[in-house]
Amino acid sequence: MTGTPAEAAIPEFPGVRAAGCPFDPPPALQALQEDGPLARVRLWDGSTPWFVTTYAEQRALLAHPDVSADVTRPGYPIPTPRTGGGSLSFILMDDPEHARLRRMVQGAFTVRRVETMRPAIQRIVDGLIDDLLAGPKPVDLVEAFALPVPSLVICELLGVPYADHDFFQDNSKTIIKRNVTPEERAAAGGRLFEYLDRLVGEKLAEPADDLLSKVAARVEAGELTRPEAAQMGVLLLIAGHETTANMIALGTLALLRHPGQLDLLRESDDPQVVAGAVEELLRYLNITHSGRRRVALADIEIGGQVIRAGEGLIMPNDIGNRDPGVFPDPDALDLRRDARRHVAFGFGVHQCLGQPLARVELQVVYGTLYRRIPTLALATEPDRIPFKHDGQVYGVYELPVTW
Amino acid sequence: MKITVDEEKCCGAGQCVLLAPDVFDQREEDGIVLLLEPEPAADRHAVVREAAAVCPAGAIEASEIEAREIGASENEAGEDA
Repeated sequence: MTGTPAEAAIPEFPGVRAAGCPFDPPPALQALQEDGPLARVRLWDGSTPWFVTTYAEQRALLAHPDVSADVTRPGYPIPTPRTGGGSLSFILMDDPEHARLRRMVQGAFTVRRVETMRPAIQRIVDGLIDDLLAGPKPVDLVEAFALPVPSLVICELLGVPYADHDFFQDNSKTIIKRNVTPEERAAAGGRLFEYLDRLVGEKLAEPADDLLSKVAARVEAGELTRPEAAQMGVLLLIAGHETTANMIALGTLALLRHPGQLDLLRESDDPQVVAGAVEELLRYLNITHSGRRRVALADIEIGGQVIRAGEGLIMPNDIGNRDPGVFPDPDALDLRRDARRHVAFGFGVHQCLGQPLARVELQVVYGTLYRRIPTLALATEPDRIPFKHDGQVYGVYELPVTW
Repeated sequence: MKITVDEEKCCGAGQCVLLAPDVFDQREEDGIVLLLEPEPAADRHAVVREAAAVCPAGAIEASEIEAREIGASENEAGEDA
């Protein structure tokens, strides 16, 4: 298939995963990679942005100076209907504004800073596993372990009371669902915004040793408006728990379905082996399965095509991470491969700012859970597991396990 | 090998520190790159090359990589010094 495909041949995005292949990208979309680096997909609103299938072209475009992440520009491929209004987080802005805001919180997520949190994260993980072992079984691993680990960590880091976890987890879940109405999504976003705004107010009155207090201090210094501060809190709270939680639960399911790979983790206490496993699971699972989205600011020649100024771009990292030219036998989960070049955290200046924290959390979890509960097993049939096909972030809603 | 870093471009993702903590660090206040060792020993060259290749912002240049845009090539990592 060369040249411009017929209208009817343009596949829909997001696509549908194949039955029985819950870890693989939708086959109709992954197949586009064989036809070359650039294709078109059709979105919910009928628009047909470019779909960049290959690793090299995804990275080149995500790092391209004429490619914008500004969601308000015409042509940006919007994932779901929007109600408009409300303040935007900096992940949907371009530099210099994006850099200005991001740098205000980036210091809390440096590699060395996060490394100092490892013992506290280990204690959280050990405590939750103690509770699992002392409690009834089977148990839902999402509710009892996968969600609490990153929620406890981000609450501690931000200075958000963990007692409110039902509230922020439920609203986060609504925000990142694909199939809720724009009104429902906006209402959930509004509730979280109000909640964080109130917390920013509390930190202004009574600063503590946490990130939200540092953000509040920027408000006092006149460097940040209060709505910007609250919006930043919303972003960090959602991104800080929902993503890692999905990697924990989906990663555990993937390992249970690949027992030979699980054995590698269960039988090794080498931190390098565990760190490598985390990178490969990130590459293989790609919970952020809705693609990195951008719009071209100028004509760009790439992959034998010309992207015109104003055209939308989707860079599906799940498909870039299955590029056989970069990762041989890409559909195999192989914890021993060097997967460090993956684009699961995106690429370009918007690459995940919390990635050092995600890595340490996942290293502690994957390096502890299966060694402490070596007989961990699914407590349901694999085909009865509810996957987040309707989520902007992929994962499982429930994972009944026993041991 | 001579390394230069661009603090303006840097987005503080920390990939370089993860790979070569003896060569790169991050400023505590905003996570921006700090170059600890601009002329690393030969046994660090491969990992510095990898750090330059995975830097999402293209903020690291190692002088022996020339005539090619850092980050644009997928084969930098693992090439010999």
